[in-house]
Amino acid sequence: MTTIAELPPGFVDKVLSAQSTFRSVMDAMARPGSVRRIVPGAGTPGPMMRGTAAIALTLFDHDTPLWLDARMAESSDVVKWLKFHTGAPVVQDTSIAGFALIGDGAALPSLERFALGTSEYPDRSTTVILQVDSLDAGRGFELRGPGIDGVATLKASITPYDLFERLHVNEALFPRGIDVVLVADDAVVAIPRTTRVVSKES
Amino acid sequence: MNAPAYNFAYLDEQTKRMIRRAILKAIAIPGYQVPFASREMPMPYGWGTGGVQVTAAILGPEDVLKVIDQGSDDTTNAISIRKFFAKTAGVATTTATNEATVIQTRHRIPETALHENQVLVYQVPIPEPLRFLEPRETETRRMHALAEYGLMHVKLYEDIARFGHIATAYAYPVKVNARYVMDPSPTPKFDNPKMDNCPALQLFGAGREKRIYAIPPYTQVVSLDFEDHPFEPYRFNAPCALCGAENSYLDEIVTDDKGGRMFVCSDTDYCEGRQATGHHGSLSAAPYKEKAHG
Repeated sequence: MTTIAELPPGFVDKVLSAQSTFRSVMDAMARPGSVRRIVPGAGTPGPMMRGTAAIALTLFDHDTPLWLDARMAESSDVVKWLKFHTGAPVVQDTSIAGFALIGDGAALPSLERFALGTSEYPDRSTTVILQVDSLDAGRGFELRGPGIDGVATLKASITPYDLFERLHVNEALFPRGIDVVLVADDAVVAIPRTTRVVSKES
Repeated sequence: MNAPAYNFAYLDEQTKRMIRRAILKAIAIPGYQVPFASREMPMPYGWGTGGVQVTAAILGPEDVLKVIDQGSDDTTNAISIRKFFAKTAGVATTTATNEATVIQTRHRIPETALHENQVLVYQVPIPEPLRFLEPRETETRRMHALAEYGLMHVKLYEDIARFGHIATAYAYPVKVNARYVMDPSPTPKFDNPKMDNCPALQLFGAGREKRIYAIPPYTQVVSLDFEDHPFEPYRFNAPCALCGAENSYLDEIVTDDKGGRMFVCSDTDYCEGRQATGHHGSLSAAPYKEKAHG
């Protein structure tokens, strides 16, 4: 039983660490496929990576319903840490989640189960934060879309293996859709709903 | 005792988180106006409260901030916002376009080409391009949902029917990433081509109307037009009287009460930079022949 005093810490400097983390995520979202580093350190409860923890401290609060996959939810440290540091309500219903934290990509639910936004308010959609093995080695993906000058190349080791196939739903749904943030340790890559994969190594 | 009275960059952290989440969604849906809980700022609406909130949410101690108002670094609005952030965030400020990492602007895009490590933050008065055609928010929201933009083309067509050409000279509507029609804020249409495929991230903040929207880098931005009436950027007949630039946006300066006037670059940094490298204009304020009235 972990007490609050034993929980992993949050940011040392809440204000500037959140700003620095946000700029990394914003740059990642603005330039899909590019790898950004999250510099500020924070405690990493249970299966949470450094980058995921920093993003949680930067973007989550009482206004962001949060969905945790089984890997995250079964760690009482993760749940307590999120509650203490962010106050974000954890929900069971994927379709009302502002953010989803995925620790085990193999068990990623079908993307249609998350909030996709509405045609009038496409921004009311879930941002899926998916922890992956590597964002600098692995399969090669060529990406196109807004934010990319021509083609961006991403080397990544991602579970589920068919993530980009699953993200095809974004094409038909646009402007509704799912935005994904991939995290591997302190590296982040964003795949907003406008990004299309044009080719991949098998 | 001497604790600072404000948080870094003025806004509290909860407000910044809310604005930051809106910015991420705005980038993910280019040209779509994301509603946000705009705060009261220590300046009146119309002075750039939307842009200031966006800047406050992204600004860090490493940033170098430039603020322009109609292209000028030296007007009241630009100076007061620059001082506001120098005081509340302690950031370095500059007037040189290529040295800045964050540029907040009212109604102009700098003449110097922007680069990848820059963010351009626009102050927006009315974010909804369809607002003067359809006053109801419920209806304009539906029109965006259905990509039903016929009304905007009718408006441009009526310009042609009345004046023989598209007479909209500023806030000229654009289509972003082939989906959303967007108001580029009241920039002159001269600046519209600079938005297309721009290496810098462009963020738009409307404080009173509580909207944030964005154009990611390298995104297609097309000014609406017709095949037989293509979009034409505004052209000036004279070069800048101070630096001789022939491809910049010019302001008209009245110099006396005898009809004397000169045309000079609206972008003060661009103009000063050219003069410093030896470019000079005619410096003439030749009386401009006005048509006799009556």
